[in-house]
Amino acid sequence: MKSITHDNLLKLLAGLADEGKIVYAPVRKGQKVFFAPVQNMQPVVFDYIQTTESPKLVLFPRYEPLISFEYQGKEVKVDDPSAAAPAERVLFGSRPCDAMALKRLAEFFDRDIPDALIAGRQKALTVISMSCIKADADCFCTSTGSSPGDICGSDILLTPVENNGYAAEILTGKGASIADRCSSLFSEIPEIRKEQYLAKVEKAFSHEEVRKKLSHAFDHDIWNGASLRCIGCGACAFVCPMCSCFDIQEEGTAKKGSRVRCWDSCGFSLFTLHTSGHNPRHNQSERWRQRVMHKFSYQPEAAELTGCVGCGRCSRACPSDMNLKEQLQDIAANVETV
Amino acid sequence: MQALHQKVKELLESGKVQVVIGYGEGSGGKSRPVFIRSAADAAKLVWDDRCHQNLAVYINKPEIKKMGKAAIVAHPAAVRTIVQMIAEHQLSSGAIIVLAVENDTLEELTDNSSLEVYAQSHPVLFPPFVVKEIEDIAALSAAERFEFWQNELEKCFKCYACRAACPLCYCERCIVECNQPQWVSVPSHAQGNFEWHMNRAMHLAGRCVSCGSCTIACPAGIPIGLLTIEASRIARTEFGFEPGISCDASSAMSSFRNEDKETFIQ
Amino acid sequence: MPSNNIYNPYLMRIEKITDEAPGVKTFRLKFTNDAEREQFNFKAGQFGEYSVFGEGESTFCIASSPMRKEYVECTFRQAGRVTSALARREEGDVIGFRGPYGNIFPLEEWKGKNLLFIAGGIALPPMRCVIWNALDLRDWFKDITVVYGARSVADLVYKYELDEWGKRSDMRLTTTVDPGGENPQWTGKVGFVPKVLEELAPASSNTIAIVCGPPVMIKFTFPVLEKLGFTPETMYTTLENRMKCGVGKCGRCNVGPVYVCKDGPVFSYGELKKLPAEY
Repeated sequence: MKSITHDNLLKLLAGLADEGKIVYAPVRKGQKVFFAPVQNMQPVVFDYIQTTESPKLVLFPRYEPLISFEYQGKEVKVDDPSAAAPAERVLFGSRPCDAMALKRLAEFFDRDIPDALIAGRQKALTVISMSCIKADADCFCTSTGSSPGDICGSDILLTPVENNGYAAEILTGKGASIADRCSSLFSEIPEIRKEQYLAKVEKAFSHEEVRKKLSHAFDHDIWNGASLRCIGCGACAFVCPMCSCFDIQEEGTAKKGSRVRCWDSCGFSLFTLHTSGHNPRHNQSERWRQRVMHKFSYQPEAAELTGCVGCGRCSRACPSDMNLKEQLQDIAANVETV
Repeated sequence: MQALHQKVKELLESGKVQVVIGYGEGSGGKSRPVFIRSAADAAKLVWDDRCHQNLAVYINKPEIKKMGKAAIVAHPAAVRTIVQMIAEHQLSSGAIIVLAVENDTLEELTDNSSLEVYAQSHPVLFPPFVVKEIEDIAALSAAERFEFWQNELEKCFKCYACRAACPLCYCERCIVECNQPQWVSVPSHAQGNFEWHMNRAMHLAGRCVSCGSCTIACPAGIPIGLLTIEASRIARTEFGFEPGISCDASSAMSSFRNEDKETFIQ
Repeated sequence: MPSNNIYNPYLMRIEKITDEAPGVKTFRLKFTNDAEREQFNFKAGQFGEYSVFGEGESTFCIASSPMRKEYVECTFRQAGRVTSALARREEGDVIGFRGPYGNIFPLEEWKGKNLLFIAGGIALPPMRCVIWNALDLRDWFKDITVVYGARSVADLVYKYELDEWGKRSDMRLTTTVDPGGENPQWTGKVGFVPKVLEELAPASSNTIAIVCGPPVMIKFTFPVLEKLGFTPETMYTTLENRMKCGVGKCGRCNVGPVYVCKDGPVFSYGELKKLPAEY
């Protein structure tokens, strides 16, 4: 198998940026680590368990124009941003759970009526992930189908090994095209057992069991009080690598502007509010239930796709210590099997 | 802490309150808000230096109000918040029993005057790192300060945790949700983020009691409280408004005095 | 759609504006691009996203019959930002239209049956599409009955068509207004829709009931129908959850495992009963 030294990895990334690709990598901003486009690799950090914001922004940015328009007398001229080829992007430093989330996110947007804007970006994206050698108490990837060294969704997966280097698994054609072009930066090493280097994340619950139990738990007592401390912000949804809900808003003037998609959250009270004043999910506990049900029951039921990869960002970000892992363990333990 | 447990036990046993809003053990060594409804659970309450969140944010939450009369574990900033909520008619006097806690002391405050006395004897005390942040920013030129905030607000993805964590951000429909006209740009781009945070700071000018909950809540780590702290400093030094110390104070942004310079209202 | 970008709307010219009731208008829209019109098809029950550029999009059903291919009609009540902006448009103005979206009334399955349409207020438009569709395919069905009620005479929409339907011998129309909503000229019934329906007591055998109206009307109508012998599988309605994208992505209209925009808006009462009541 291949391996790459730390210095050569930085050279590889710098080379990709020099080719004109937009390289997203984890950088520190204040106390937190964010994915941001980098030109030189000096600010790239490696010592994080998980970034604050997920890398979903490379597929599904915080906001983006869907169309732009300009009135010309009575006529309207509309421009379609999907007509332009999306920039080639490289995501570096995503965790295996993140890479799986990106894959599922792309599948979600591609289902039934494909979203060309997301699909275009996915096609132009290469994902170079980093296995986890450290985890914390909020991680639960092994309960949602991922693991600290899972290859799903990555084009190249690096695993830190001895001597300041990384074992490199070249997993897809996109990954191979980079590894082949920059073959001098890689060396060949004998196969290693990467498990010995990986973090241990104990399985906290079975998502299949949770799914089964949730299918009849809509009116269960378990929801009573479960979200009393939830203050109804969107932190969990916005840091989540799989939350895909969005709003469509108009920007600009009445004459010229754009129609913009921006992140939204089912936890906001106005998310489902009708113009008439009627709100199908009137209180916060209904909205918290929706968040859990949508990820662990509705999505798996509709498309065999669990809406969570166990990255734990929501639990780390929550100002009120709403803890998703704990909620799911509670469901697994206390909802009866019918 | 034992005194707190004892007091809460009494309050619930006597039926004086049906719920106590307090801090309990959370995940990963954190504290979390808990809602204690039976005397047997009183010992679940904790009070230590992990307990920063301003619990006054839960007082008017419909699900909590439905439980009946409440008592609340309140650090000094939360007591100031409750005084300010009474002044702004968000809470009627005597509607809640306040268990004011600080270090090892516990005081039960049940009426406006005891709340005011407590608040006035517990002025805003910033932790040293906040004092340093305030000094550092004050030392910047206007251009440097603008750059500082540009860098900070660039991190904002508009989850509105700052708003949700703030007991004084209680508008049922926030200005960002009014769309006729659209006052604030919805996407989290530079303009939209500046519009939102400037609006919030202005709406809290002279009202923010400097509890720091917004900064603690921000998942992106933006020291967002510095904006409302500064707005409140200006309201205090320029206009003499000190929030959170009087239950019948008027609000800086909605009161007019004859000596005010603005003429538009005359 | 004009491109493979699902958010890129067709440009439609407002050909005709009809004032239906206070605050309620019908737009007749024509494609500005002939090729787009040629390839555009929809079926009864589907809806679209109608937009004023610079103001936003709003969701309404397509109110015209799918067999009248030269135009698309929509009827809306002025309520929020977008509908207010739409109401300010004039004939000749261009607006955006995305669609058709959603599922359909299964007319094919209903061949050989009686159809009973029950509508209240501004909910006649979703029904109008399928009523015209059924009338255009008249020999597919046995009896066609329409029961339509509104708060007052002024609130009845499509008055010109109600006259026409009332005169037709191949259908039966009953109109009603809420008590107090009548005027001296009113010749229809006075009473709430469920009550009037109970009096009419239409036969349930071999009959499909389609109910559209405000939640409170639907709530009281289904029990009446059940009493008349209708089963959950022979009663249909449409859900009107808040929507943005219309294509099952934005998450707003999610109810249980379905998205109202993609898997609805047409549901049988039997299907509804399996969903959490978050609508």
